[in-house]
Amino acid sequence: MTAVAPYRSPAVPGRDGFAQTLRAEWTKFRTVRGWVIGTLVAALVMAGVGLLAAGGGRSACQAVGVGANGQPESGSGSSCQPSFILGPDGEPVADSFYFVRQPLTGDGSVTVRVTSMTGLLPPDHPDNAAGPFDSVHGVEPWAKAGLIVKENLSQGSAYAAILVAADHGVRLQWNYTGDTAGLPGPVGPANPRWLRLTRSGDVITGYDSADGTHWTRVGAVTLTGLSSTAQVGLFTASPDHDQMTANFGGGVSGGGGPTRDTAVFDHLATADGWTAGPWTGQYVGRPEIPGVVGFHQAGGQYTLTGQGNIAPVPAGHGGPADASATVTDYLLGTFVGLIALVVVAGLFVTAEYRRGLIRLTFAATPSRGRVLAAKSVVVAVAGFVAGLVGAAAAVLAGEAITRARGYYAFPISGTAEARVIVGTAVLTAVASVLALAIGAIAARSAATVAVVIVVIVIPYFLAATAALPLGAGDWLLRITPAAGFALQQPYPAYDQVTMLYSPFSGYFPLAPLAGLGVLAAWTAAALALAAYRLRRRDA
Amino acid sequence: MRDALHAEWTKLRTLAGTWWLLLAAAALTIAVSAAAAAAFSCPPGACAAGPTGADPAKISLTGVDLGQVVIALLAAGAIGGEYGTGMIRLTLTAVPRRLVAFTAKALVTAGAALAAALLAVAGSALAGWVILPGKGLSAAHGYAPLSLANPSDLRAAGGSVLYLTLIALLAFGVTAAVRDSAAGIGVVLGVLLLFPLASAVIPDQALARHLEQLAPMTAGLYIQATVGVQSLPLTPWQGLGVTAAWAAGALILGAAVLRLRDA
Repeated sequence: MTAVAPYRSPAVPGRDGFAQTLRAEWTKFRTVRGWVIGTLVAALVMAGVGLLAAGGGRSACQAVGVGANGQPESGSGSSCQPSFILGPDGEPVADSFYFVRQPLTGDGSVTVRVTSMTGLLPPDHPDNAAGPFDSVHGVEPWAKAGLIVKENLSQGSAYAAILVAADHGVRLQWNYTGDTAGLPGPVGPANPRWLRLTRSGDVITGYDSADGTHWTRVGAVTLTGLSSTAQVGLFTASPDHDQMTANFGGGVSGGGGPTRDTAVFDHLATADGWTAGPWTGQYVGRPEIPGVVGFHQAGGQYTLTGQGNIAPVPAGHGGPADASATVTDYLLGTFVGLIALVVVAGLFVTAEYRRGLIRLTFAATPSRGRVLAAKSVVVAVAGFVAGLVGAAAAVLAGEAITRARGYYAFPISGTAEARVIVGTAVLTAVASVLALAIGAIAARSAATVAVVIVVIVIPYFLAATAALPLGAGDWLLRITPAAGFALQQPYPAYDQVTMLYSPFSGYFPLAPLAGLGVLAAWTAAALALAAYRLRRRDA
Repeated sequence: MRDALHAEWTKLRTLAGTWWLLLAAAALTIAVSAAAAAAFSCPPGACAAGPTGADPAKISLTGVDLGQVVIALLAAGAIGGEYGTGMIRLTLTAVPRRLVAFTAKALVTAGAALAAALLAVAGSALAGWVILPGKGLSAAHGYAPLSLANPSDLRAAGGSVLYLTLIALLAFGVTAAVRDSAAGIGVVLGVLLLFPLASAVIPDQALARHLEQLAPMTAGLYIQATVGVQSLPLTPWQGLGVTAAWAAGALILGAAVLRLRDA
């Protein structure tokens, strides 16, 4: 009897590491036709909605120009190609106000006291009890009066201003987007506000005071390249009143109209190098309206009545830039693409349970946490790539088509655009991992898909379409995994401009990274529970 | 057919998930409706009843938006589960006439959805009836309390029950066609949500209005409108008819796939 050597496989023993598990999971993913198709569908849907938003036919263009608040109005240009005034950084701005001014050269300072602010609101203001055609007394919350140093008299030029806003106290504002708060509280004869601006080279510093003796520095801003001779003086501006309510589809219906504010100034004085000559009144950016805006001087008292606004024009529906196409419009398809990715990521783990493949997987890789990690990496990469391709195609092609068809694409910086595209990819990647984790917990495909859609897609949908009251929708976007959609906010919301900053217009209640944090926290919790369940449950 | 119905009823009733899903559908619908009613506040100066005023019936039935997801899940699972486990082969062995098996299953599923929808809508309407008068939608502002004696309120409530049932049939048909519950639920929710989205982003108002007329969810939920009905793109019953047409199309497609393909 001869001893038979036991069989030994001639294959070289392979390494048993994370890389091998990852490769195995990647092979599973790429060789199931339905999953690859699902991932492609996600990218295609995202891109498709972008093209739809850009190219889906637009009503005939109407001839319009730009109004006092930057909104399109009849006169020049067209609704497809509104000619917004651009600020120093290329952003659309509103820049019209009543200006009592003179050119002053070199460094110096100017001081004034504001003793009252009154105004008129449009007839359809809700406070109006007088009748449908009478204006109502009152001041628009962001009506402004104060001191300004401005590069020149053309709209959109650089400026810095210290001002009193009717309901928002003293503010230092500069170059349209900048805004710092000073003394709070309204202005009136009993509580006047002293304001001062000083210039030193390119640096403008704003001060405020309640008594003209004790001064507080509100802030200093640098206006790079400010000419040595700048326009200095008093101004008033009062933005249009907008009455907005959200309704289904995210649309916004508004009423409202122009408002006026009248401010009384005294103790106007220049010092520290500036010597004032006579002051000249001028309505910047608009033709004069006799009897409506203007100023008169009696002794040392200046009474200015103004209309208009010095502020950025926010992107979005219901605002002045309603007709322009935004990055948010192009990316609205994200949540439908996400449904496809959720199905794929959920099936990536639940299908193994259904087919019994999970037993083979765990036999090959006994460390169940490692399998979960490898699967997470695979769906995260698939979700990221699908989101990146879909979002990039939607935004870049959407913009190109919008421009090629002669419509107005709301300007956005290249970095902001890249941040939104990558943010969308991160959103789809993390949401895919969330779906995978819930799939590992539930081990049932349909339940997984439904749960993930209910926690991430539906809250976003309900909030974005204004199917829920606004406050409730905002809370959904703070606490549910749908908070991650905040990564898609392309434009900043401006506190100093009244508008309905809704998710449909691309404004979210959380900052982008905070939103990602909420989504990531949910995902981490789900992964932890999934790891625990995988370890405890027989496959 | 009676035997097929009985068999399908036994299968559905003895699955552990069915009762939980039915309860979840009703509970979620009622919870969301009550939350929407509680979160409602009159926009300043716009609380008066009239064509542009608030719609108490629609607010009370907000939860249907979420309840339909659970109903769709129930219906998708009813047929998709058979493909997942291979049970479909046994079902078709027992009832070789496939259309009979399909019809029996669809009827039983629709019946279960109808029961859950009745509970959900009744609870939602009750919540609205209790909460909304305290939110400014009271007789003082010209709003009559919600009542089934009011024809438009009855239409909104009854139509919502029918809407949820139709969504169940839509999900059932789609899942029968794609033969996987997860893919089925994904397709159904994708279709339901894509249309309102597309009509919102399309700049052309006329095209957007046509899309709304075609959308299974948007058009179907016109049945809930009791205010401003004149300005809707379709009448409420036409809108529900759009949803019914989608459900019928999905059922025909699902039946054809079942008839023509090997299980």
